[in-house]
Amino acid sequence: MRIAFLVLFLPVALLPLSAASPSAKKAEERPEVPPPPFTDGIFPCSGCHATMEVNPKRRALTEFHDDIVLRHDEEHRWCLDCHDAKDRDSLHSASGELIPFSESYRLCGQCHGEKFRDWKAGVHGRRSGDWNGHKTYLLCAHCHNPHQPRFRPLAPKPPPRPPQRPGSTKGGSR
Amino acid sequence: MNQGPEQADGLSRRQVMAGAAGAAAAMILTSCGPKSLHEVPKDRLLSLVAEMEKTYKEKLGADIKVGTEPALPGVEFAYALDISRCVGCRRCVYACVEENNQSRDPQIHWIKVLSMEKEKGVDFAHAGAYYDPKEVPEDGHFYVPVACQQCRNAPCTKVCPTGATWTERDGIVVIDYDWCIGCRYCMAACPYGARHFNWTTPGLPTAEINKNTHYIGNRPRPSGVVEKCTFCIQRTRNGRYPACVEVCPAGARKFGNLLDPGSEIRYIIEHKRVLVLKEDLNTLPKFFYFYAT
Ligand code: SF4
Ligand code: SF4
Repeated sequence: MRIAFLVLFLPVALLPLSAASPSAKKAEERPEVPPPPFTDGIFPCSGCHATMEVNPKRRALTEFHDDIVLRHDEEHRWCLDCHDAKDRDSLHSASGELIPFSESYRLCGQCHGEKFRDWKAGVHGRRSGDWNGHKTYLLCAHCHNPHQPRFRPLAPKPPPRPPQRPGSTKGGSR
Repeated sequence: MNQGPEQADGLSRRQVMAGAAGAAAAMILTSCGPKSLHEVPKDRLLSLVAEMEKTYKEKLGADIKVGTEPALPGVEFAYALDISRCVGCRRCVYACVEENNQSRDPQIHWIKVLSMEKEKGVDFAHAGAYYDPKEVPEDGHFYVPVACQQCRNAPCTKVCPTGATWTERDGIVVIDYDWCIGCRYCMAACPYGARHFNWTTPGLPTAEINKNTHYIGNRPRPSGVVEKCTFCIQRTRNGRYPACVEVCPAGARKFGNLLDPGSEIRYIIEHKRVLVLKEDLNTLPKFFYFYAT
């Protein structure tokens, strides 16, 4: 039992060492990302769409999803260019390959190749974790609303206080 | 105290001198003489930080862990900031304050985010840190956050009269708060305004102390010493990203090992337009700015 324990866990114990060696990455074809940022209760889409007939005609939606305003090449695109008409819980690429929401970066990467390349290298987008080990990425959709991808302005934190005259603050002692 | 041999205790000059020599020899032998922190042997360092932890417990009432992690072999840290992404939101400024136990009042910020005009480009004559609109980024502006540039040819360490600031093997420029005499020569020498002085005992509420510290990093400082960014030495020497990297909502901040050809930093230097601030001063910063687009 004890030996089995050792055999099982030794390679794991060695992992941090190998991670510290140069070029430990590379093999990251499927980076780790948190779950997609769905609106509460919206997924799976098939929850509603399974029983609905597909209307492939390009149109403005009025009955549902009318809150979604497309500002993303809207002259040329609409829902079914990215969302799959048959498998309602999937996206699809330009070639028709099904892409799960959890890998939506492959869909975005078709047009935004340069950003996709930078993202895979850890240069576009935020990463957290270990600089020489395990890292967490974010999906494009975590920062960019896919329907309106422009990065939204945000309120800044307070500016610094202008320098005070030395001695003007009480409470200090040397 | 200038006691001569004629003093009441009856010691002869010879005896006093012999005693002094003995004491000096004892100091050298037991290596308990004054030494700056980067020279002391490991066991002595451990006892020193144990003392620090005890003092913090007594004075601040907090169980602070003072780490002694040394530089990792084969590692030289570098930083890169994407000027085309930063939106000037200052999340990094306050994440840094909390992580590194900066004084809340009087206020010390290791990171200063400068707002610059797109028309003028990177130009310190047309930069301001006090912008305060409802939302950022502002039209016609871009932002350049500035903290210690971790210069390879650091002017600050050369002017220190006590050897209280130096460059570690992994490239981090650090300060020994016990040896800093507060002369502020280094502040005058630094061309980036990256060093800050504690005019008073830092205003740091006990409840807000980050207890995970490093002896030449974010441990609470006394009054009268200089401090600055250390690339989050308490995090990065344990493999983690600096706090500012993880908080930046624009993903503008990148960090890694300059000596690892597969690192993000190397990718940026090899593929992007990269610049350093005040290049003409030959400070050779390890903090790079780049344009991803
Ligand atoms: S948190 Fe990021 S975007 Fe915000 S000011 Fe800092 S570097 Fe710029
Ligand atoms: S930026 Fe200033 S404090 Fe930092 S290493 Fe350079 S001269 Fe020293």
